[in-house]
Amino acid sequence: MALVLTDDQKMIRESADGFFKTEAPVSQHRHLRDTADATGFDRATWAKMAEMGFAGVLVPEEYGGAGFGHVAAGLIMEAIGRNLSAAPMLSTAVLGTTALVAGGSSEQQAKYLPLIAEGKRLFALAADEAARHNPAHVTTTATPSGNGFRLNGVKGFVLDGHVADTLIVAARTSGEDKDKDGITLFLVDAKAAGVSNERRSMVDSRNAARVTLADVQVDGADVLGAVGGGFAILEKILDAGRACLAAEMLGVSSESFVKTIDYLKQRDQFGQKIGTFQALQHRAAHLFCEVELARSATLRALVALDEKDDRASLFASLAKAKSGEVAKLATNEGVQMHGGIGMTDDFDIGFYMKRARAAQETFGDIAFHGDRLARLMGY
Amino acid sequence: MADLETFRAETRAWLEANCPAEMRTPITRDADVCWGGRKAKLSEAQRLWMDRMGGRGWTVPEWPAEYGGGGLSKDEAKVLDSEMRRIKARSPLSSFGIWMLGPALLKYGNEAQKKEHLPKIARGEIRWCQGYSEPGAGSDLASLRTSAEDKGDHYLVNGQKVWTSYADKADWIFCLVRTDPSVAKHLGISFLLFDMASPGVSTSPIKLISGASPFCQTFFDNVQVPKENLMGQAGKGWDIAKYLLTHEREMIGGSDSTGGGMQGGVSQVARRQIGLDAAILADTGLRTDIVRHEINAWAFALTMERVKDEAKAGQGVGALSSMLKYYGTELNKDRMQLLMSINGSDGLTWEGPGEGEGDLARHWLRSRANSIEGGTSEINLNIIAKRVLELPGA
Repeated sequence: MALVLTDDQKMIRESADGFFKTEAPVSQHRHLRDTADATGFDRATWAKMAEMGFAGVLVPEEYGGAGFGHVAAGLIMEAIGRNLSAAPMLSTAVLGTTALVAGGSSEQQAKYLPLIAEGKRLFALAADEAARHNPAHVTTTATPSGNGFRLNGVKGFVLDGHVADTLIVAARTSGEDKDKDGITLFLVDAKAAGVSNERRSMVDSRNAARVTLADVQVDGADVLGAVGGGFAILEKILDAGRACLAAEMLGVSSESFVKTIDYLKQRDQFGQKIGTFQALQHRAAHLFCEVELARSATLRALVALDEKDDRASLFASLAKAKSGEVAKLATNEGVQMHGGIGMTDDFDIGFYMKRARAAQETFGDIAFHGDRLARLMGY
Repeated sequence: MADLETFRAETRAWLEANCPAEMRTPITRDADVCWGGRKAKLSEAQRLWMDRMGGRGWTVPEWPAEYGGGGLSKDEAKVLDSEMRRIKARSPLSSFGIWMLGPALLKYGNEAQKKEHLPKIARGEIRWCQGYSEPGAGSDLASLRTSAEDKGDHYLVNGQKVWTSYADKADWIFCLVRTDPSVAKHLGISFLLFDMASPGVSTSPIKLISGASPFCQTFFDNVQVPKENLMGQAGKGWDIAKYLLTHEREMIGGSDSTGGGMQGGVSQVARRQIGLDAAILADTGLRTDIVRHEINAWAFALTMERVKDEAKAGQGVGALSSMLKYYGTELNKDRMQLLMSINGSDGLTWEGPGEGEGDLARHWLRSRANSIEGGTSEINLNIIAKRVLELPGA
């Protein structure tokens, strides 16, 4: 597949751009923050996203989804990034769907996938246990009990964890901490006895929770994939999430860039537009190139996922690393070139920097993915 | 499609019969590259291969047949390329005439000029050099001062060019000259073609920080150039110069030695030189530098791929050549510095008894010119700021 959008994908891009600009613009994000909204996103907007086919973008058509694929999911995430739209798109439509498609039994898929497409059930991935992303670091235990398992442990940085209906929990059924073997994934009802969560207010005003599992009894039927073989599924979930986060960060970068260029054309100092200064022109031109590189790496990762390319993990890491680096640069430059006004809460540019920071940390930053890439390439 | 398959079969058979065995071995030395021209010292096989390919116009497959080209469609040219790759055939002819002057001649030359020059370029008979930069006109190229005075039937050319690659080996020069000193600097420039054997032309080589180089200084002392050697209109030379520079920048930015197609190259060298420890590179600090470089190199290569795909689909990014030139050459400088670090004190060798000793240091030093020649990084950033970002005053 060529690195160019098809006509169908271009239509999805247009509809996503239009939708988020009108239905979930930055002002909605600001309102949710200022009112300390208990949900953290607007449920009515999410219902509309389901109607638009966004919630089911990765859900196969036989389960009531749109089945548009990862390139389309990335275009939606990019529009979300441009508008800083708060929605459970990543947690549910990307991570939840991928978990079920990659690891779910046909019963699990039939039970949950249509609900995701309809926007009626929210998922959250409970994987990370330490502040620095490390998916093999799993100390949460799953010990055989009754016809299933009993879970104990604490999960941090669970995106949309406080509102999720179903948690996807990575727990250890065998092996030592940091072993890739012996990790098992479970679908856990968020209301089950022993599950408690504590919402964390994050720098980007998005949702994350700390989830504690205390003697949570799960049924054998709620194991996702094979017992002990959860890591491979977890990697697929994370790679889809990483590629989609790269797309969201691309949206953050490009919108931050556009706002900054506009400002360079408006702001007068020393009797002229500050955009006439070569010190700023060269940095802006360099940033333009970097955003183009992030776009290429991101599109390649999404295409690789759609094509089930052997190198999908490699490209997901490349995209997450590059797009994260560029989002950091674009938002840093955005605030700097806006000067004092860029530091004010009244102005939106700071929101982009905050979101870029959180999205970079999610599922591995450039240090994590640089290391992963090097290992995948044999050094 | 059936026609294309027939073409493939015929091409394969012809290449098998006509490509000398010596021309199917890898290029290892400068002398292996065939530049053609009146002064060329070619091996028998090089001469044969150039003549055979040039005779069919396959040195320039997509140029029109009436001007010595192959007259092939894009698809046929791709078949030829893939069939040449299949037998590892060397390029029969490297030439500034093919890469730079030819496209400009096709666009701006008159019929007589096209008929005169293009076939000789295609057959490798005439080797061209480019007379652009001057001692006082580098980044500010349009301030060039080499003068061409109108003497009725000829121009009288006086002045000096610098950084003229292979001027001492070239037969003809395409040259920017000032025909009208009274108008704004961009409007008084013309594009002349003339024989380097003309009385009054002399060259002297330039030694670089990397050692011997193909660059020369070129002097014009009362050189008489016939009026019919003016390409395009008098005073319109700057348009041609810009068109040609766009080609040059895409070529520099996209070549294998700079940006494109080198993912994993640096880490492969590092693995060999430094080795692994518990499955990761034994020098962890350098490993981080290398992977950061390779992330950028890969993302750049993907960008080259994407812009090609978008161009095919009729879409495009503005000021593309400037972006590719800027980013590709900066990447290559970074790559060469990393290779120097990987090789440590071994990389410092300038001369030694073994073959190829000193090459790395020379290549590193030579790479520093990548972001200067053909438009500096700063000039290319200016162009992006002006044409894409439309910043005020840029």
